[in-house]
Amino acid sequence: MTNKEINKAAEKAKPEQEEKHGKTGFVDNMVVPVLAVVTGLIIGGIVIAITNDTAVAAWGNFFQNPGAAFKASWDAVLTGYGALFSGSLGKPADMIAGIQNYFATGDSKLILKAFYPITESLVTATPYIFAGLAVALGFKGGLFNIGAEGQFYIGALASAYVGYSIVGLPWFVHLPLAILAGAVAGGIWGAIPGYLKAKTGAHEVVNTIMMNWIAFRLSDWLLSGPMKSSGFRPVTPNIEATAELPRFFPDPLRFNWGFPLALAVAALVYWFLFKTTLGFEIRAVGANPDAAKYSGISVVRNIVLVMTLSGALAGLAGAAQVLGTDHWVGQGFSAGYGFDSIALALLGKSNPIGVVLAALLFGVLRSGATSMQSLAGIPIHIISIIQGLVIIFVAAPVIIRGIYRIRIGSSDETVLTRGWGK
Amino acid sequence: MKKLYTVLAVALLASMILAACGSPATPAPTEVPATTAPETAAPATVAPTETPKFKVGEVTDLGGVDDKSFNASGWAGMQKAMADLGVDGKYLESKQQSDYAKNIQQFVDEKTNLIVTVGFLLGVDTATAAKANPETKFAIVDYSYPDCFGTSVEGKDCGSATEIPNVLGLTFQTDQAAFLAGYAAAASTKTGKVGTFGGINIPPVTIFMKGFQAGVEYYNTQKKASVQVLGWDSAKADGLFTGNFDSTDDGRKFAESLMQEGADIIMPVAGPVGLGSAAVCKETGKCKIVGVDTDWTVSAAEYKDVILTSVMKNINVAVYNAIKAAQDGSFKGGVYLSTLANGGVGLATVNGASAELTAELDQVKADIISGKITIAP
Repeated sequence: MTNKEINKAAEKAKPEQEEKHGKTGFVDNMVVPVLAVVTGLIIGGIVIAITNDTAVAAWGNFFQNPGAAFKASWDAVLTGYGALFSGSLGKPADMIAGIQNYFATGDSKLILKAFYPITESLVTATPYIFAGLAVALGFKGGLFNIGAEGQFYIGALASAYVGYSIVGLPWFVHLPLAILAGAVAGGIWGAIPGYLKAKTGAHEVVNTIMMNWIAFRLSDWLLSGPMKSSGFRPVTPNIEATAELPRFFPDPLRFNWGFPLALAVAALVYWFLFKTTLGFEIRAVGANPDAAKYSGISVVRNIVLVMTLSGALAGLAGAAQVLGTDHWVGQGFSAGYGFDSIALALLGKSNPIGVVLAALLFGVLRSGATSMQSLAGIPIHIISIIQGLVIIFVAAPVIIRGIYRIRIGSSDETVLTRGWGK
Repeated sequence: MKKLYTVLAVALLASMILAACGSPATPAPTEVPATTAPETAAPATVAPTETPKFKVGEVTDLGGVDDKSFNASGWAGMQKAMADLGVDGKYLESKQQSDYAKNIQQFVDEKTNLIVTVGFLLGVDTATAAKANPETKFAIVDYSYPDCFGTSVEGKDCGSATEIPNVLGLTFQTDQAAFLAGYAAAASTKTGKVGTFGGINIPPVTIFMKGFQAGVEYYNTQKKASVQVLGWDSAKADGLFTGNFDSTDDGRKFAESLMQEGADIIMPVAGPVGLGSAAVCKETGKCKIVGVDTDWTVSAAEYKDVILTSVMKNINVAVYNAIKAAQDGSFKGGVYLSTLANGGVGLATVNGASAELTAELDQVKADIISGKITIAP
């Protein structure tokens, strides 16, 4: 192979490539994910209908009264998704009434109540954005970071420790320090499997899973021992007010600076990946490590770098969650943000913009699940079903293409992660 | 066929959009469909004119509503209240820490009359919500206020420095029932050694172990026996702990090591972890188990041959009584202590007990209730 050819191979990951296959790129990156979400919601609706007692009973009397059967199923789905979306986005009528009331009387109670659901969705989306970026960055570098959950825990614990143990700092020192602690701790947790992969070839999937367990058990020990607060509860003390990410509105609204920070970091990751030499090298290694190596890129350095940055982003997710939303860490701090973020990165096609959009969707679904469970009596687990379905459809776009008769075949499949060995 | 797919897809897509957009205009139905009689097959729209039912909501901790322990027991009490008192009951499961405040807020927004929160992890969020919403009543399982001591900051490290008028803490004098279990175990052991271990070294766990040890010691003084307790020492306030409430594997290991040291009766105070110990006893036939929280001959029926007895913590009864009080207006904030006297805690049937032992246990129980026997806190 000549040098020229090698360079060409290394450039495969360049965005220009996508423009050549403009239509395919659009279908793969936009249409398939959107249709996957829609299809996931449709099948989720069917699951709601067939698990609804009233609807099932009505279907039992199908031959006497077929109309009632359809109506009962329809009502079940309508009630469920109505509660899901009103609980995650709010009701426009209430918002308008709240705004009018605020300007008429100066009373902010109604307006806060009307905007509570949508701000909660953004609060839920915040750790998803960070963790999704973590996994996406790994994918771009050809690495599968399953360890985001562990890095999330470690980041949260480090941030909490800095947040509560240091007293008397002004906020503009304390807050950045606490955030940095989360990023560094997560970064170290990611760097270890990265180093093992680069130096010994030990597969990062295995090692990041192992690191997860170390993180979980370490946090169990820390919470019931060294980091335990006074009193008997196995939780950390609350962080100092100077380490909190400030909230925009009074209680119970928890919307805080974590969300804008997440958007800023997403923009930063985008710039890093697509506008810097280092980002280009990472993508080159991800696309074809052999070609990258022969064109003079250090694969070893890049693997460690990607895992460190990926871990740091997941650590930031934990930092944002503890500094912005929870202010303390207890057992069961995360409900699998790190694992969900794998799905999220797939849905967002490992693109920072896609990750942000996918995180917003997951935030809406997760947040709305509360009111769906309460108002419609539908278990929160239905959301996991919908998420799972969406991922199946994104991971196997052939299904979506088949259902919706999209005729364009994919010319080159993007490689998300390399197999065993090299 | 292609057309059919397309039409179906479009129709369903349209329905989703309608479902999403349609609901804000009309008030969301507040009736849970499952509560309407299925026979009528009528849609779940109930005329809004009927008098509003008394609304009760349970916020679970991370175990979820079917954890066969705290949350399930609380929900059982609520289901009984739904059947007997005609209240409207719901639950919200917490999947992570940040859900606690959110789930409580959801019930507050729905104007729920009584919100039952389960477990000490919800301690701070319950107090904060209760203070912000003084017209809503709260009951919290295994916790009570004031809970601020020393340098703790109210609303942060702890819930409240004072009693909250609209919160009832449901606490359990489990050491009384565990005392009986200790007595029964000491009377039943053949090796002269009984064992126990816990999940985490926190008061709701160690109160079982303290009571158990006190019961054994009482037996020793009464009968001039010298039965030993392994795995807990009240003087040092320390003992054997698995460090978690979920690993049945740890349950096996801890039971095996206690057996090696000679214990033939074991009380695991770590929720489902104890099922692992029960499995070991069933396989080897060399030990018996004292169950905790519920009657294990019922809730873990597959091991009923190796269950000596169970220390019952009737969370369901406490929750039911709280709901009843809230509904009839006699609800007062403070602490409701479940004791042997009011049936809030108790000992299940001791399997294979002689008539003599049964009579003795009845006497000990009566003495605890009358105050003749006191258990050091």
